[in-house]
Amino acid sequence: MPAPRNSSRPAREDGRTAPAPLEALRGRAALLTQVRAFFTQRGYLEVETPVLGRAGAADAQLAQFAVSDPVCGTLYLQTSPEYAMKRLLARGSGSIFQITKAFRQGEGGRFHNPEFTLVEWYGVGYDHRRLMAESCALIARLVPSLKPEPRLVSFRQAFRDRLGVDPIEDPTDVLQECAYTRLPATRELVLDDRDALLDLLMSHAVAPHFPADGLTVITDYPASQAALARINPQGLADRFEIYCGPLELANGFHEETRREEYAARFAAEARKRHARGLPAIAQDEQLLAALALGDLPDCAGCALGFDRVLMLAMNAAHINEVLTFPIEQT
Amino acid sequence: MTTYSTNEFKNGLKIMLDADPCSIIENEFVKPGKGQAFNRVRIRNLKTGRVVERTFKSGDTVEGADVVDVEMQYLYSDGEFWYFMSPETYEQLGADKTAVGDSAKWLKEQALCLVTLWNGVPLSVEPPVHVILKVTETDPGLRGDTSGGGGKPATLETGAVVRVPLFINVGDSLKVNTQTGEYIARAKE
Repeated sequence: MPAPRNSSRPAREDGRTAPAPLEALRGRAALLTQVRAFFTQRGYLEVETPVLGRAGAADAQLAQFAVSDPVCGTLYLQTSPEYAMKRLLARGSGSIFQITKAFRQGEGGRFHNPEFTLVEWYGVGYDHRRLMAESCALIARLVPSLKPEPRLVSFRQAFRDRLGVDPIEDPTDVLQECAYTRLPATRELVLDDRDALLDLLMSHAVAPHFPADGLTVITDYPASQAALARINPQGLADRFEIYCGPLELANGFHEETRREEYAARFAAEARKRHARGLPAIAQDEQLLAALALGDLPDCAGCALGFDRVLMLAMNAAHINEVLTFPIEQT
Repeated sequence: MTTYSTNEFKNGLKIMLDADPCSIIENEFVKPGKGQAFNRVRIRNLKTGRVVERTFKSGDTVEGADVVDVEMQYLYSDGEFWYFMSPETYEQLGADKTAVGDSAKWLKEQALCLVTLWNGVPLSVEPPVHVILKVTETDPGLRGDTSGGGGKPATLETGAVVRVPLFINVGDSLKVNTQTGEYIARAKE
């Protein structure tokens, strides 16, 4: 039975009404269809990779669910399909996309649920600029109410405009002083490193001022935040993030292709984990083995938080309004 | 001593901050996909009532505050302390002026109040939402005017002053909402 229109669900403070559960279900189905149509029209192949695997993500900032199996031992719920999809690329799959579930521990809130839906895709022969345009086109199709033209700003410029500091060149104590004066609520905070400080400034002082009616694309990240993106001749990462207001929607790279670089970055993350007392993660030997046979083809990849885009499309205030069963209801 | 991780943060959780007991009123999880996670929290200081914002690194721990809400019966005041008794244990406690604050003007003997205790000491007192109190002072009533329009101030037996309809007289018992300070109706004794 469809929920009656103008039902008595209370309007929230912001005047919006939460979508009815069935509306959210239909909205989700419609958006999934559109995502598939978008990529199929562009010649991408839809793929499916395991959500449960023997290796985990290297990233020290991601906490993964480890489960124990009597036959296989420790298995990890995947935090993203990145490594598996890169193995397919190395095998010659050509451009691929996937709509999949991803799992991250300790993430819950207005925009987080420990299990969520990711759209991830890799365009072979793409660089990050071309992929950026494609990502914005996809979001614009899924959320037609947004302003059509995205705002492109470099990481450096975004910090300069808002805070008057240079996140690439300025010494860490200048950034610390900036956080101290701009964000009195964070004065007691003890942060491990420069990147945590940059994350604090970005999430508390820069991103909250991005316009809410359109997309902001942040480009040219500091090399320390490259993850698996290429480092360009300017020493910055060919990585981008797409925001709508302060909400992060997508993250993309012009992908690093060389095996030795993957091994080095996995090792660096493993050291960070060790230093922070985090559990060690079995690294993805399969990916390293695939890259040992030859570099990844030149490509760019992007991951899009599907539930968040659905929130925008349905004008929802909390991710729970668009999830079929939020974790609290499972 | 209880400690809480930011993962356990939720509205109403009582924690110690800057040596004062506080209650979490809003907790937002903020995490760049590839970055450090934070909990951006709005917290009410239970001593001063002030609301402050504080950011924690996700996974950090804070000390819990031993704060409990108990229902207690108001007994009397000696001007310095307001005395309350637990209807279950008959234990008596005195709450000082800071703890009682604005609630004092609604307190009538025997009323069941919500007393918030920090380490066993009253921190704040909440009177019942609806109380019935006698009018001790107001302009003479206008007979026949039951419209409720206009209105006038009336002082109640506990000292509170509320706006009442013109037909109310000294000696009348009134039902009053203590949260809004508004007159609701004339009560029958």
